Amino acid sequence: MTDVLKIAVEAIGQDTLRVILGLIGVLILVVINALMLTWAERKVAGHMQRRIAAKEVGPFGLIQPIADSLKLLGKELITPMKVDRVLYFLAPVICFIPVLVSFVVIPFGEGLQVRDINVGILVILAFSSLSVLSIFIAGWGSNNKYSLIGAARSVAQNIAYEVPLLLSLLIVVIMVGSLSLKDIVEAQKGMWFILYQPIAFLIYFIAGVAETNRTPFDLPEAESELVAGFHTEYSGMRFAIFFLAEYTNIMIISAVATTFFLGGYLGPYLPGIVWFLIKTYFLVFVILWFRWTFPRVRFDQLLNFSWKILIPVSFINLIVTGGILKL
Amino acid sequence: MTKVTEIIKGAASLIIGMGVTIKAFFSPVVTVQYPRQTIDITPRFRGHTKLLGDEEMPERTKCVACGICAKNCPSRSIKKVEGEKKEGEKKKTATTYILDFTTCSQCGICVESCPFDALAFSADYNPAGYSREDFLYDLVKEYEKRKKV
Repeated sequence: MTDVLKIAVEAIGQDTLRVILGLIGVLILVVINALMLTWAERKVAGHMQRRIAAKEVGPFGLIQPIADSLKLLGKELITPMKVDRVLYFLAPVICFIPVLVSFVVIPFGEGLQVRDINVGILVILAFSSLSVLSIFIAGWGSNNKYSLIGAARSVAQNIAYEVPLLLSLLIVVIMVGSLSLKDIVEAQKGMWFILYQPIAFLIYFIAGVAETNRTPFDLPEAESELVAGFHTEYSGMRFAIFFLAEYTNIMIISAVATTFFLGGYLGPYLPGIVWFLIKTYFLVFVILWFRWTFPRVRFDQLLNFSWKILIPVSFINLIVTGGILKL
Repeated sequence: MTKVTEIIKGAASLIIGMGVTIKAFFSPVVTVQYPRQTIDITPRFRGHTKLLGDEEMPERTKCVACGICAKNCPSRSIKKVEGEKKEGEKKKTATTYILDFTTCSQCGICVESCPFDALAFSADYNPAGYSREDFLYDLVKEYEKRKKV
């Protein structure tokens, strides 16, 4: 095994090999994460309503997501007649690529990072904004009124919530003085930033839930109003890719929150990756918990909440933090 | 100022809501995996009627085939009540008791009117069949079957 690695290193160079292996690892992680989360979502939903939830396929229903994905793979890919074909095909692809790229810069453990880019957080934010584009393309290309309304809502919502999200992350960046995720984690050796900046964490988390279009902010796919929103016309594996991207986005939001506010992979006794996964999946659980507790907000409430409360508060927070650091 | 208190109150209510769901999350489930497990039927449940066994002679039912239930049935669902007198016994013993469950509305007049208290509601809540004839129950035969089990 080491021989094979040595030959590969000589052939293509250590850096390229690291990226290739990292991307393979990320792909595996993304798929397993999405499968686990579909299962977890059903289980959490069931137990919060005091039902049993999935339990028939495999022990505790653990094989259920594999059965579901096999079903989706076996389905015919239906393309409605009047869709814009190029955009319709492109949307799931555009939806999926940015979530892969975001994982490249996330430090899972000490040294367990595909690439430590010195503007790491910018990479994540830049690429996660692309998911809005994919939702808009999906809504536009479907040539369906519900899809289009869902897409329009998604754009308005994502613009509104991107601002507080960026501002609250900016506070941490100012405190550390670096955009690299690894530096940010290392800066939390003494104390997690959630203790310095609880409000920034709260704002980031709320905005993050809104960015991933999860309940209570799931207006782009509000079932009771818009059938299924932007993915109304998608079926089979194309729908599954949207689903995969949604769950991966949840994980990215939680992973970034862990990195910025909860000390990333830092923690006593256990290895770094274990701490990282514990913190991340706790936040994922909280997002699932939100979904089964809160009703959906109205659209004007949603925008008012961002523009009138979150953005001013995060601006004040930013100014105060900057002032204190300057003193 | 009212705006701020509104926000704080709203946030508190959200936390209370999350408390409710997390409590439910850790409480035991109240549903069962239906075809494999079933919950007990409450004693007041009205299934189709059944004949009760005689306490002294468990091989026969309490029914003496008097036919009062059939006369009282508002839907004429009790089609046939027949019986015969066995040797050495004062009363008749029911040999056939046909109940047409397709028209029975479980009103319970037969149960109330029975002078021998031979009828009661069963807990059979999920009868299914392919034809109307499947729902012509012979309650005497049904009693024999129950007795064996």
